[in-house]
Amino acid sequence: MKSKFKIKGLDCANCAAELERAIQKIDGIETAVISFMSERMELEYNESEKAEVIEKVKKVIKKEEPDVTIEEM
Amino acid sequence: MKKRAIKILVSLLLFIVAMCVEFESYVTNCIFVLSYIIVGYEILRKAIRNILRGKVFDENFLMTVATLGAFGIGEFPEAVAVMLFYQIGELFQSYAVDKSRKSIANLMDIRPDYANVYRDGNEEKVDPDEVKIGEFVIVRPGEKIALDGVVVEGNTTLDTKALTGETMPREAKEGDEVLSGSININGVIKIKVTKEYGESTVSKILDLVENASSKKSKSENFITKFAKYYTPIVVIIAVVLAVFPPLLIKGELFSDWLYRALSFLVVSCPCALVISIPLSFFGGIGGASKIGVLIKGSNYLEALSKVETVVFDKTGTLTKGVFEVQKIEAVGISESELLKFAAYSEHYSNHPISKSIKVAFNEEIEEKQIIKTEELSGRGIFAQIGEKEVLVGNEKLMKEKGIDFSECTDVGTILYVGIDGKYAGYILIADSVKEDSANTINQLKKNGIKKTVMLTGDRKNVGESVATKLGLDEVYAELLPDGKVEKVESLLKQKSEQGKLAFVGDGINDAPVLAMSDIGIAMGALGADSAIEAADIVIMTDEPSKIVSSIKLSKKTMNIVKENIVFAIFIKVAVLVLTAFGLSTMWEAVFADVGVSIIAILNALRMLNVKSK
Repeated sequence: MKSKFKIKGLDCANCAAELERAIQKIDGIETAVISFMSERMELEYNESEKAEVIEKVKKVIKKEEPDVTIEEM
Repeated sequence: MKKRAIKILVSLLLFIVAMCVEFESYVTNCIFVLSYIIVGYEILRKAIRNILRGKVFDENFLMTVATLGAFGIGEFPEAVAVMLFYQIGELFQSYAVDKSRKSIANLMDIRPDYANVYRDGNEEKVDPDEVKIGEFVIVRPGEKIALDGVVVEGNTTLDTKALTGETMPREAKEGDEVLSGSININGVIKIKVTKEYGESTVSKILDLVENASSKKSKSENFITKFAKYYTPIVVIIAVVLAVFPPLLIKGELFSDWLYRALSFLVVSCPCALVISIPLSFFGGIGGASKIGVLIKGSNYLEALSKVETVVFDKTGTLTKGVFEVQKIEAVGISESELLKFAAYSEHYSNHPISKSIKVAFNEEIEEKQIIKTEELSGRGIFAQIGEKEVLVGNEKLMKEKGIDFSECTDVGTILYVGIDGKYAGYILIADSVKEDSANTINQLKKNGIKKTVMLTGDRKNVGESVATKLGLDEVYAELLPDGKVEKVESLLKQKSEQGKLAFVGDGINDAPVLAMSDIGIAMGALGADSAIEAADIVIMTDEPSKIVSSIKLSKKTMNIVKENIVFAIFIKVAVLVLTAFGLSTMWEAVFADVGVSIIAILNALRMLNVKSK
């Protein structure tokens, strides 16, 4: 399933690209796309693991870019 | 942002004072350090935080090492300058990003905030989301129409510029369909809602534009990948430069090589390059929506610049898709009389052909004059109009009734008319070509399109006549939907590997072809949901010339993107090489970092200046 998030607090486009790579590596994430310009993140993952996956994503964000917050749309 | 600007300003002033005024050297150094701390504190804090998290190649860290290193070898002015200009670059970058985000947001300022809905005899102001199909909504002058619907009371003019890029206002009266996102200019209208907010035009469009940037172009992917390797490589070379030459070559000073290594670190930040590319695409997509063209992703904007073959569907794309009377040829009576008899005879018929005759006649029909009418299936109509017996139909009808007529060779549907057993002339009805079709084909060729093709399900002579009139290279007629798919498949094989094929249709019945083309373009899509979903690029109006504008726009975007990539990489590499040989200083490195980023961003911002027509 696909979910969209508003992603705020990204400093620069390269940081967005790095964060995108880090999230793509998470188990359970099929695709992750972060757009720095429109401040959006699109995730594709297995629906049954939604809560777990989102938790992992938040963890990775906290580690990589602690100033970034996400909110599902 | 204001706070950051003030910090930079204060720091810059201190920096200038330290550079220009002569103090005791320890005073000067103190001013430099103060200036540095004011402007660089945030960076230092983030760098330390990131080291603790194990992120080494982060730009905060690189800047910190480069500047602290410069202090270490006594290059105070350089240390401050690197940090100061880095921050100026950053500030400029956020300003640019902010500006383009806002400009796109303004462009997309079609989201209605509320709707005045009638409930239990009272008017209530509610969220558009809460309005149900079948409810009545009042729209006053200056308000946005929040949901798609039909006008049931009142008339007005509507501004649809935000939806279509069209500056001419549109009239709307009772019975007309109106689209959400239009702005009501003068009259008060009452609308019966036909679609929920989520399904209404305005939310479909917003959804599409907001998601556009999640489909990334090859250039964007290239540049982020480049950045992924570029930074670590430059940092490693910097370490090598700092350590080995002083150890291996006699007489070389460690501090000289450290200086060069630190300059490397300054150039190693990839951010300017990485931001200028999506910034250009973002501007390009925004500029396109200003002229009423919605592009679903940067990848499509990029592909558009490589289009080699443009395939058009005929009806509704190059032609109006509306049958109109093109020619009246009367024999023995006047043209208006001929049209009148035809219109009276066709009065009770619902056939599209009859409708176009009635439209052309455009006068009140006195029904009592129509004594009787009889449809003769597959041939036409027999009618008694007043005293006269009228036959309106095809050649079969004329032959059957033994009327001596002269056969017409024009392309289209021909209605022969016989009055009281005598041939009275014919009316030619055909789909007419859009005003800007011929110019579009011409312009496409001028803009480097190698092949223009038209596909149609229509008869061969009709298709060929339109194709010749417009100057298309190839035409394939009498195609069933499957046949269109096959044709596009073979055209896809014929084009060169790099070249792209764009298919332009009106979105009705051509979803499979839209999907299989490199770029599917749906036209006249305002209000046609299926087309908006199936296509990669949506042209809101029904003007084919928008394709030319879009291709031009995409070429402009790609030029900027290429300029930025080549320019930035060239300067960075050149400065790196010069630095390695000791031919350039940290000042050039600052330019290669901040200067290049500002120039690249300014270049990208040019995309925001697309004029709406």
